[in-house]
Amino acid sequence: MYETIRYDIRNQVAWLTLNRPDKLNAFTEQMNKEITVALKQAANDETVRCLVITGTGRAFCSGEDLSGVTEDMDHGEVLRTRYAPMMKALHSFEKPVVAAVNGVAAGAGMSLALACDFRLASEKASFVEAFIHVGLIPDAGNLYYLPRLIGHAKALELAVLGEKVTAQKAYELGLVTAVISEEAWEEEVARFAERLANLPTKAVGLIKRCLRQSWELSFTEYLEKEAFAQRIAGLTQDHREGVRAFFEKRRAIFQGK
Amino acid sequence: MNEFLHIQTRTEGMVAIIELNRPHVLNALNRPMVTEIVHAIEAYDRNDDVRVIVLTGKGRAFAAGADIDEMANDDPITLDLLNQFAEWDRLALIKKPMIAAVHGFALGGGFELALCCDLLFASETAEFGFPEVNIGVMPGAGGTQRLTKLIGKTKALEWLWTGERMSAKTAYDLGIVNRLIAPELLMEETMTFAEKLAKQPPLSVRFIKEAVHKAVDYSLYEGMQFERKNFYLLFASADQKEGMQAFIEKRKPKFQGK
Repeated sequence: MYETIRYDIRNQVAWLTLNRPDKLNAFTEQMNKEITVALKQAANDETVRCLVITGTGRAFCSGEDLSGVTEDMDHGEVLRTRYAPMMKALHSFEKPVVAAVNGVAAGAGMSLALACDFRLASEKASFVEAFIHVGLIPDAGNLYYLPRLIGHAKALELAVLGEKVTAQKAYELGLVTAVISEEAWEEEVARFAERLANLPTKAVGLIKRCLRQSWELSFTEYLEKEAFAQRIAGLTQDHREGVRAFFEKRRAIFQGK
Repeated sequence: MNEFLHIQTRTEGMVAIIELNRPHVLNALNRPMVTEIVHAIEAYDRNDDVRVIVLTGKGRAFAAGADIDEMANDDPITLDLLNQFAEWDRLALIKKPMIAAVHGFALGGGFELALCCDLLFASETAEFGFPEVNIGVMPGAGGTQRLTKLIGKTKALEWLWTGERMSAKTAYDLGIVNRLIAPELLMEETMTFAEKLAKQPPLSVRFIKEAVHKAVDYSLYEGMQFERKNFYLLFASADQKEGMQAFIEKRKPKFQGK
């Protein structure tokens, strides 16, 4: 049912694979839509406890397909109608999301990676704020996420200079969780994703929610949201299992419930 | 006991809960449903065991508008003869506090119903809106009036003209929503508040509601006169004697609603 992406579930992990390798997985309107639909599908599927976003072929995602860009295009409208729904769906996604950056993540492709919770980079991967080279600004939430991840000064440096950031450099910036060798890539990514899939999923979702809300609220308001979240977590079976396992001196087995 | 077809009612302590119960159509309001809601609320308003009324929706939404099929073929004369909105007017006469607990959509008539309540508690993911303009009509059960009185002409016109959906956060910022609550805890938090409110001296709660409602319609001078009379009136109550005596004796008052 998807044409520009693949969507598979293995071991409680949903794999969303951008699948236009001949175009370096560049975004088209159809791909924006399919990703949005897949995100909703993964969010509503109780058997999914982790999401991995990756790309086939050489690239992770090269951003907007420039062959679709015309002179009279309204860039603001493109963002509102195509990118905003996708980025909002990802922003409110309350399960762990891993960007498995297998190759170049450029332009809006980099934005997509920034919106994920974790970035694993292949040693071949790179990040490019390509927008400045065509006289545009980083979009699709890019400048929202970037300073939150690496700080204002570095965010500005990357966005304005538009230099290619290698996987190793990205690691040093705190942009990626780990750099993985090419040989171990698939195995390591799967292992990391499955580790996330076996965590108390609701608690992970609530941590994401609290961190997200912390940027928008005063401290007093935040403490109320924290109380909500802990009340919800306290009602989960996983919390009960965690406490039981602690007293029984064994490893907890979380069900994501 | 539940003699209703489209709603479910129950009480928990001194709090009555009315749930809109047409989840398969996102609780779209049809005329029989509105009749049931009004009857249930009026019955609770007269029931001495109930002090607060909570209104909510079963399923994914509070209420996603009105039943369009029901009115698609109406003409002005049949609508006037039907006088369906007269029932809505009766909600303005309810004396006890009404709280709407809104999750999912509160659209069109659903939004109007929520605005008929005194307080509005919303899930963080709730959405509000008046989409009537998109089908060539406009709100008919108080939407243009109540929204305007709440948020002012400028903002009200924008929402009513565009028919766009308003996030719970925006509704909160505009003063439509009292509290934004994590979706999972909407009912729990609403009930905690309702139970607390139910323990306040009921006559004070009642006369405060009446006076605040007058502030919306009256001139300041008339409102002040009205408030004063209600203030004096409370001195005829046992709860005023008890409340002030307890304050002097430095103990907790026991209110009876008398």
